[in-house]
Amino acid sequence: MGTFSLSVMLVGAVITLAALATSHTFSVFFPGLLEGAWLTVQIAVCGSLLAVVMGTVSGLAKLYGPRPLRWLAVTYIEIFRGTSALVQLFWLFFALPLFGISLEPFTVAVLGLGLNVGAYGAEVVRGAVQSVSRSQWEATIALNMTRLQALRRIILPQAFIAMIPPWGNLFIELLKSTALVSLITLSDLAFKAQEMNQTTMRTIPIFTLVLLMYLVMSLCITIGMKRLEKTAAKGMPRGRSV
Amino acid sequence: MTMAAAEQLAPQQPMVRFENVSKRYGNLVVLDDLNLEVSRGEKVAIIGPSGSGKTTVLRMLMTLERIDGGVIWVDGEPMTHMMQGGQMVPAAQKHLRRVRSKIGMVFQHFNLFPHMTALQNCIEAPITVLKMSRKEAEARATELLGMVGLADKKGHYPAQLSGGQQQRVAIARALAMRPKVMLFDEVTSALDPELVGEVLHVIRQLGAEHDLTMLMVTHQMGFAKEFADRVCFFYQGKIAEQGAPQELFGAPKNDRTKQFLRAVLESG
Repeated sequence: MGTFSLSVMLVGAVITLAALATSHTFSVFFPGLLEGAWLTVQIAVCGSLLAVVMGTVSGLAKLYGPRPLRWLAVTYIEIFRGTSALVQLFWLFFALPLFGISLEPFTVAVLGLGLNVGAYGAEVVRGAVQSVSRSQWEATIALNMTRLQALRRIILPQAFIAMIPPWGNLFIELLKSTALVSLITLSDLAFKAQEMNQTTMRTIPIFTLVLLMYLVMSLCITIGMKRLEKTAAKGMPRGRSV
Repeated sequence: MTMAAAEQLAPQQPMVRFENVSKRYGNLVVLDDLNLEVSRGEKVAIIGPSGSGKTTVLRMLMTLERIDGGVIWVDGEPMTHMMQGGQMVPAAQKHLRRVRSKIGMVFQHFNLFPHMTALQNCIEAPITVLKMSRKEAEARATELLGMVGLADKKGHYPAQLSGGQQQRVAIARALAMRPKVMLFDEVTSALDPELVGEVLHVIRQLGAEHDLTMLMVTHQMGFAKEFADRVCFFYQGKIAEQGAPQELFGAPKNDRTKQFLRAVLESG
């Protein structure tokens, strides 16, 4: 779907949300949910940044790092990809203090989700770098570039374009996983919703608002990534790179 | 020995020398004990059936393939090896890069950088590798793009250019690194027939105006005949026959050469 139709969808969702927020039935819940949504956004943004850093570093380390670094990257990727995000959060929140390291709930949320998604991101980075044709490497050798110059100037810029859509997927995954942080005492959007639902039993309005709020957030990610892809792929042919 | 003395000596050395070079993939022998010398400024055309090892010759010279035996010399010094404590040892990366800087290559499928314009393709390596200033690199790249007839296309991305135009950008890009030896690997094979001429024209012009040593793998027999100083016919990893184009095309001695030329001529 093009950016235009997605934008129409986003505007539609925002208008619906605004209409509901001012309506009699829904308005009471709105401020509390908005507060939760703000925390969700903060965790999602910080977690995504961490995921990008971890994904890029460990993905490249797995491909090109010296052996010890490669093993370290593989260990990280397998542990965080192979175990549940919820268990990772619990481990960081409940088990780590027993070793004398107590972290703020917010830090645990960002760390847990960022590391988890970063492990998937590592495979995205690795796959995208490997998808750049061998002939591009050969051209850099013929121009006498070093491996590092080739990677930085030729391979990564092309791999970057291939990375954008799967990273968009991961960011949305991460956004949705933020609902888990309600289990480590954070008052995110999902937590606020449950709390209000338990006290008021107004299930339909509450969860309708929450649904729309998550939708608006994920549409923002999708549209942002589409635009980024368009800018990055300037001049590039559609589909496979040359 | 002073630099001047070295330069005076240099012309006597061949520009490129393959000395007992062999290349295998597992049990398959791609090149068998190859000996080939190319003089300064000489234009050598390499022909032969597919699988005869002709492309491998260029790829080894460009260090895209490792060699399994022998030594490749470039400009009077070993490229694949270096002297260390009076012995020849396999070349370190640094040595390889220094010698490799004398060689440029143009590929069958152009291999342009798709995320860069024609101009950017031509200034990238001069800036990052030769440490040229951007201004100088741009001036030179513009000049080279003009030489290949693409002055007005320098802002275009490869995807916006025809195959022939892309290949001419690739030639300009290779020349921007000021090589002494240019390798052309079936540079017209991926082109539509009507675009072959413009690329060959550029190569012809290059041969006339510059003192470049050229090795080209080609299926364009007409071009090889008219342009090359020498033609090498490869068969099963060996040079089966070589000589001046008039001799090799006019009166081939080897049966394989005759067979090959007949087959090529029949196909038009």
